[in-house]
Amino acid sequence: MSPHTEPTLTAGRPVLEVEGMRIERTDIGAPIVTSLDLQLAAGESIGIVGESGSGKSMSAKALIGLLPEGVVASGTARFDGQNLLGLSERQWRSIRGRQIGMIMQDPFTMLNPVMRCGRILEESLLPERRLSRAERRAEAIRRLAEVGITDESVVERYPFQLSGGMRQRVAIAAALARDPKVLIADEPSTALDVVTQREVLALIKRIQAARGMALILITHDLRVAFATCDRIQVLYAGSLVETGRADDVRERPLHPYTQGLLLSEPPADRRVRQLVAIPGSVPSAADVQDRCSFSSRCRWAEDACRDGVPALAEVGEDRHSRCIRLPEIGAEMAALLSKSEERAVVPAEGRSDGALIDIVNIEKVFESGGRTVTAVDDVSISVREGESVGIVGESGSGKTTIARMLVGLESPSGGEIVIDGIPVRSWSALTPRDRRKLRQTVQTVFQDPYSSLNPMRTIGWALKEAITTHDRGGGNVEGRVAELLESVGLSASYAQRRPSSLSGGERQRVAIARALAVEPRVLICDEPVSALDMSVQAQILNLLQEVRTERGISCLFITHDLSIVRQASEYLYVMHHGKVVESGPTESVLDNPSVEYTAQLLNSVPRPDGQWLVTGDADEMAATRG
Amino acid sequence: MTGRAILLMIGKRLVALVVLVAILSFLVFSLVHIAPGTAVDAYLGGKPATPELVQLLTERYHLDEPFFTQYWLWLKDALVFDFGESTLTTLPVTDEIGIRLGPSAFLAVYAYVLTVLLGVVPGIIAALRQRKLLDRGLVAGAVVALSTPPFVMGILLLYLFAVLVPIFPAAGRGEGFFDQLWHLTLPALALALCVAAFLLRHTRASMINVLDQDYIMFARARGLSWGHVLFRYAFRNALIPVVTVSGALLAFFFAGAVFVEATFSLGGIGELLVQSAQSSDMPMIQALAILIAVLIVLANLLADLAYVAIDPRIRFEGRSA
Ligand SMILES: Nc1ncnc2c1ncn2[C@@H]1O[C@H](COP(=O)(O)OP(=O)(O)O)[C@@H](O)[C@H]1O
Ligand code: SF4
Ligand SMILES: [Mg+2]
Repeated sequence: MSPHTEPTLTAGRPVLEVEGMRIERTDIGAPIVTSLDLQLAAGESIGIVGESGSGKSMSAKALIGLLPEGVVASGTARFDGQNLLGLSERQWRSIRGRQIGMIMQDPFTMLNPVMRCGRILEESLLPERRLSRAERRAEAIRRLAEVGITDESVVERYPFQLSGGMRQRVAIAAALARDPKVLIADEPSTALDVVTQREVLALIKRIQAARGMALILITHDLRVAFATCDRIQVLYAGSLVETGRADDVRERPLHPYTQGLLLSEPPADRRVRQLVAIPGSVPSAADVQDRCSFSSRCRWAEDACRDGVPALAEVGEDRHSRCIRLPEIGAEMAALLSKSEERAVVPAEGRSDGALIDIVNIEKVFESGGRTVTAVDDVSISVREGESVGIVGESGSGKTTIARMLVGLESPSGGEIVIDGIPVRSWSALTPRDRRKLRQTVQTVFQDPYSSLNPMRTIGWALKEAITTHDRGGGNVEGRVAELLESVGLSASYAQRRPSSLSGGERQRVAIARALAVEPRVLICDEPVSALDMSVQAQILNLLQEVRTERGISCLFITHDLSIVRQASEYLYVMHHGKVVESGPTESVLDNPSVEYTAQLLNSVPRPDGQWLVTGDADEMAATRG
Repeated sequence: MTGRAILLMIGKRLVALVVLVAILSFLVFSLVHIAPGTAVDAYLGGKPATPELVQLLTERYHLDEPFFTQYWLWLKDALVFDFGESTLTTLPVTDEIGIRLGPSAFLAVYAYVLTVLLGVVPGIIAALRQRKLLDRGLVAGAVVALSTPPFVMGILLLYLFAVLVPIFPAAGRGEGFFDQLWHLTLPALALALCVAAFLLRHTRASMINVLDQDYIMFARARGLSWGHVLFRYAFRNALIPVVTVSGALLAFFFAGAVFVEATFSLGGIGELLVQSAQSSDMPMIQALAILIAVLIVLANLLADLAYVAIDPRIRFEGRSA
């Protein structure tokens, strides 16, 4: 009656063996994945780690036979005696859902919006199990309980009536309704808040263990993979660069890219002097077919590295690396790793006197459809001269609303904002002179730099515009543009380019340069790196740090990521449901949180140890959160 | 949505309808006084102004009363469907409209059904065969149909299927259901094709968009059959935007059939509209304007109700978590 609770008797036997899988576009023959190997034993979990565009999702789709039109996979993927990559649509029907299941990244788009959750589960059950209507309903409720949803009324609800975490749970239950042997989870927690992310991953692990199911977890976050998986495969620009047991890879990465990725991740438990960033950005698989895919960014690259694709060589027990220079550079890599452990000097705890931004008892109430929502509730925040202040909180906690009120995009319902001595509660009531002065005091950097740059204009044009509106005196504008570009690590030639030809990291650099054009005294950064690849995040965080220390600018740094706020701020406000629940010097708040909520947030930050997901109360909590 | 909330929505719409008709009726009534010449001239409609006739009209339409009293008296009559007599035929306006309402409604509904069939079905097929030959053919056909005005289409159809290959009648509206169906096929087609082409492109785009959604892939990944995914997932979601636009079409067909009615000599509401405008038949213009406004509002209400039925997100608007 309950097939999924049966413990597996065959742990260790390979269920899925992928060899030399190549995925390419049929129209131009360009590869998306050049080579992927994978051996998945029953009950095992493998993490495929890679940045966006590295081909993770395409690999997942290939393994469940749902590649988009115009994309084909070749090679072998042996499952149950047959090669999955050669199956017909008919044959796939007996594999999908029953043998291999998949969940995708975005719980908000994965469920049919016009169908009740109960129906979604019922239709997902095996069709040959001829159940009566009542039996099917009972089964749906049982399946929901398995994913920690004890509230039976969820079967009557539509997906849009549930939170992201609840939707992802319903999706997991639906994906498992036919009890597959293998579950492919493509970034199942990326779209969720940190707390929910941990709950969902813990749930997947728990179900996996209970069912003895094999798991392929796809993620861009090494820490998540370390905490969740037995083995790790690192994918870069369409090819595997390193594989190994999770613990081994974490302790001693054996490929420069893996190491770079590991070092770019800001640690959550301490402040480091500087993040070790990987320069440049991820190339496309098609551009690196004849060389080491990492050679354009590797500090150890030599001519030999560009002379053909290095083999994925065995470099230890159950350990492979695609680096030809590994024997020579191994010692240097190890040294770099230990150097990165150095802690930064903890900033002095005292705050200076002069408040550049003073937010006093501010409040913002939104009205929508007859309901009122208090987005910001009696919040007081100050940013002092030369200081970097962090605001951290989950999405919806009111962080961005505060930023928008600071720059006049929203006006507060109550309270007062004083910027550099000017009360700015209502921007429309300001004199033009004050308004100009404010624009020179405060500048912003947002999450998505693309939307704030005019796609028709060159980068030089955008910077010139920023310079001349600030300073009509003229002077050597061209020279200033070049100077600005250099100050954010771009060459002067970028002035001729358009936003569309830049990578995400480069665009964010341009956005920072533009903000600096007016020589502001405070930078408001709202999630400035969360849209960027992990290896690029560190570059931008370092750049912001550099700009700040060189120019003595204050900073209001808004993020959902506790590890980032630790590196980027000296004073911290923790927000929850529109309120500041805790504040103090960043180090002391994060080392000794005084409220339960901060502690919970800290506990939810992915930690590369297995303990992260060991949690007793996570599921109960989720079920009550709704 | 609870039944009560739906009733509330209908109630609100009906109130809006009443307000709209009230405003419109006032404007329409004022026409008589805004038109060149006196109000009596307007009601005379070009007939010689004999003292008896002037006397009669003044009494009939209370022209010696103050403006607002006139309006009030006119409105009271209008509420019981008495809009006065046509200046052209001297028959009661309501009777004249009544005779033509049946065929016009038949034509409108027929054209509407054809539009939905010829728009939605090929639209879905085109989306499923995206970029294949059939899709390209359908899209090309839609471009042609879209750029052919209904009266040109009417003449073309008339020539093809009533003259060249005479399988349909060239004129008249027929008696009884099947006879009417036979008589009105060509006019309904002429009316429907252009709009169907628009609907085809709309449906195709909507369907392509839906087929690309994560929930389709997730459904397939769970092993649901393609047919199930099509019927339960794709059609239902793809038709949501189609339903919203198609509601307005019914009213359009009712009033917009002018040229087609003329081409096929059907004598419907459209023809009446043209006639009355040409001869400044005030009472007729007034009645038709109000009729068409009411139809448009009711058709949109129907479309909205269909929308509510098909998309749960609307039903729970403002109440979701
Ligand atoms: N429908 C498609 N047709 C052709 N190429 C595609 C398609 N979808 C994605 N790609 C390409 O495949 C590459 C890998 O994408 P994806 O597997 O989604 O990466 P990841 O999941 O690692 O972020 C990208 O460079 C993208 O441009
Ligand atoms: S092969 Fe060369 S370029 Fe590639 S990772 Fe190794 S050292 Fe770097
Ligand atoms: Mg992906």
